[in-house]
Amino acid sequence: MDDMIFYDRLQFAFTITFHYIFPQLTMGLSLMIVYFKWKYLRTKLERYNNAAKFFMKIFAINFTMGVVTGIPMEFQFGTNWAKFSELTGGIIGQTLAMEGLFSFFLESSFLALFIFGEKLMGQKLHFLTGFLVFLGSWASGYFILATNSWMQNPVGYEILENGKYVLTNFSALFSNPWLIPAFLHNQFASVVTSSFVVAAIGAFYVLRNKNLEYGKLFLKTGVIFGFVSSMLVAVPTGDWNAKNVAKFQPAAFAAMEGIFETEEAGAEIVLIGQPNMVEKKIDNKIAVPNILSFLTYQDWNKQIPGMDQFTKEELPDNIPALYYSYHIMVGLGTIFIGLMGLALLFLWRRKLYTMNTLLWGIMFAFPFPYIANITGWYVAELGRQPYLVYGLLKTVDGISPTVSSGNTLFTLLGFVGLYMLLGLLFLVLVGKTIHKGPETQTH
Amino acid sequence: MELFWYTMIAIVLAVFFILDGYDFGTGIIHLFFAKKEKDKEVIAKAAGLFWDSNEVWLVAAGGLLFMAFPTFYASVFSGFYLPLIIVLWFIIFRAIGLELRSQFNFQMWKDIWDKSFGVSSLLLTLFFGIALGNVVRGVNLGGVENGVSAYEAHYFFLPLWNSSFSPEGTHPGVIDWFTIVIGIIAVVTLSIHGANWIILKTESSINEKLKSVVFKLNIALLLLTIFSVSIWHIIKPQPFSNFIESPLLFIFPMIYLSGLFGTFLVKKFKKDVYAFACSSLIIVGGITSSLASMFPVILPSTNSVNESLTIYNTAASEYGLSVALGWGIVGFALLLVYFIVQKRLMGGKVDKMDYGH
Ligand code: HDD
Ligand code: HEM
Ligand code: HEM
Repeated sequence: MDDMIFYDRLQFAFTITFHYIFPQLTMGLSLMIVYFKWKYLRTKLERYNNAAKFFMKIFAINFTMGVVTGIPMEFQFGTNWAKFSELTGGIIGQTLAMEGLFSFFLESSFLALFIFGEKLMGQKLHFLTGFLVFLGSWASGYFILATNSWMQNPVGYEILENGKYVLTNFSALFSNPWLIPAFLHNQFASVVTSSFVVAAIGAFYVLRNKNLEYGKLFLKTGVIFGFVSSMLVAVPTGDWNAKNVAKFQPAAFAAMEGIFETEEAGAEIVLIGQPNMVEKKIDNKIAVPNILSFLTYQDWNKQIPGMDQFTKEELPDNIPALYYSYHIMVGLGTIFIGLMGLALLFLWRRKLYTMNTLLWGIMFAFPFPYIANITGWYVAELGRQPYLVYGLLKTVDGISPTVSSGNTLFTLLGFVGLYMLLGLLFLVLVGKTIHKGPETQTH
Repeated sequence: MELFWYTMIAIVLAVFFILDGYDFGTGIIHLFFAKKEKDKEVIAKAAGLFWDSNEVWLVAAGGLLFMAFPTFYASVFSGFYLPLIIVLWFIIFRAIGLELRSQFNFQMWKDIWDKSFGVSSLLLTLFFGIALGNVVRGVNLGGVENGVSAYEAHYFFLPLWNSSFSPEGTHPGVIDWFTIVIGIIAVVTLSIHGANWIILKTESSINEKLKSVVFKLNIALLLLTIFSVSIWHIIKPQPFSNFIESPLLFIFPMIYLSGLFGTFLVKKFKKDVYAFACSSLIIVGGITSSLASMFPVILPSTNSVNESLTIYNTAASEYGLSVALGWGIVGFALLLVYFIVQKRLMGGKVDKMDYGH
């Protein structure tokens, strides 16, 4: 039983982490493509149109990867988490099926039209198809977060005698207080990823003195989008999420903030330090007193329960991973604001395009939003442990009763091998597209 | 309400097999008949432009099944664990084959991805057929051994095959001679369908040849159909009881047969669309007839201890199914709109469309 759940969790974690590399870019990028296309309609400058089409190519590659890695996610609910699917399918099946029906169809139908249909449709309709692709991809983010929010904070359900969860209030799924903050935070975070990627490609062109016109355009757009989205990710949405965790999952909150002991009045915020699970304290701690209470409740002296207030069964099972993930996300978020703020300053002073050191920095910064996004999800998912549906259904009780650990180990290894190949090919394709650059000839 | 969602899911599945079916079939034809580079390229394009929007239908069918019949979803997906995951891998190999072949211009690269596309399409089709065979034949629900269930009554786990390869008895494997026959039927059907699609969408040099291939495959399909109907009683004692009870259901086999006989006239058709329509009828008729013969069962039990899964004992709550009806109607209406828009703008032969990357 123990190794069964272990491999099931490992496989889910591995495949979802890989899947989420792609949607985070497509969701953010679709917004920026709509922006480029809109600029083109306004200014009639050919370069905006070419930029939109260039990024749609990168979008398309990522989209394909999103599709082929997303289908295994959907299957795994049934293959590896059969008991969970059986018990809660009547509820989360709603949002997952809506995602398929409302967003994936929208996105995939109009993506094909955007790529092939420019000459047939004229510019206004072409803009519209781009907009619908954006709408589809954000809608799919919305529905999948509605699913996840129900697991984090179950609402609108009733549990029958046989243990099944039945839906009693459909609209509660969408007015879940967990949903809107999580959705906005997640979407802005995906805009962070895409703007870092756009800016990095721009920096690459400028540093190589190639496609200069586009290099500058991408840098400028990437930096502006990057700064705004990095700010929005921290305040109000990051802060808002933290308040929700404190309210709905206090045990997870204590663990991610690294509060081992409850303080009489006012909790400190841990900036740096390593959780020591044996002595139950933070080693090498650098902390600021009372700040956490203020940030969470706008009250310097409010008491925040530490991990000592919870039993071992109520606490997440991997506290250090949770703590580190959270601190990496927040730390990176702070650095992003700094980096993009600096770049924006130099852009405004018209010095950015010649600041080689900063350009190198921007070029190599693009992997970090991916890391922040993935660690952010680890905070959410590890913090939810030991429950699959928070407070109600334990993760152990959700696995497939008939699938043995040997089978899962075999398929896990298969996924690892296949995804390595997939990742390699993906890099080659994106690299090739970037190398070729936007098409400069006009028609 | 169960019946409504059952019908909707059947429709979505049928559409999936018509749409993605042609690109599976295209892969099979590509593997066996495309010899010249130019043909290989247009044929791959006839599938490559469309596969991802077609595969969304699979995602939608999965999502709807999860929502409406969660117990069935849980049982079948965990019970067929290995074959399903392997199907996933083929789906991935097929997709990357299509996307990658035209990226670099040297022969070995193209050959590798052509094979990846072709072989995966073939095996996927075979596996989908085998899956249908399993669902029709039934499984050892509850893992019964000597009259005692090893799991809860609606769970099971099958070996890939058992030593006798026989569909009879309580302990069938995933692959036995019956499910293989259904698998081959699927391969033949989709090859016909794929060939029709190529003829419709391309100006490849093998179009004329494909017409006679379709003719020959259709004869094979006719024989296989007769064979499988004649052995149906092995897996289901009274195979036609549903049809005899409600003769209206005969409409489904009729659809199948009209497609099958229509296909014999392929060479005479002035419009290639008719041929494609006929093979679509075969697919729809085949799937619906199998479902109709089982109704309301969706997964028969091969033992006498645990009862079969039906649309009634696996469905979600009444409330859930009815709210889903509300958004479902809106969703399907939108789908129809996209579909029409897309078909109007993307009609015609693919040879002349320039493919994005
Ligand atoms: C670029 C990525 C990124 C950045 C810079 C940040 N986040 Fe984040 N965060 C995410 C990307 C992310 C995410 C991956 O998108 C998550 C996972 C679940 C979700 O809805 O968003 C998330 C979740 C998430 C949660 C919820 C955890 C849970 O559900 O248990 C909190 C409390 C925060 N974030 C707080 C912050 C704060 C205070 C930040 C300050 C700068 C911050 N995040 C920056
Ligand atoms: C929004 C949609 C998502 C849903 C519905 C979802 C659902 C699930 C489910 C069912 C499990 C297995 C049960 C469990 O271990 O609790 C799981 C585990 C996990 N997920 Fe998510 N997930 C989502 C998004 C993500 C993303 C985007 C990531 C990371 C990038 C992620 C990371 C993980 C990890 C690391 C685990 C393993 C946690 C553990 O078992 O310790 N999840 N998730
Ligand atoms: C366990 C959870 C998840 C499941 C079951 C899942 C399922 C899927 C499936 C089946 C696809 C392919 C759709 C198609 O055919 O077009 C897909 C793609 C996509 N997924 Fe996921 N997914 C999960 C997690 C996530 C998360 C956490 C996000 C973002 C918040 C996300 C956003 C998307 C988007 C935007 C696409 C469209 C493809 C793209 O733009 O790359 N998914 N997902």
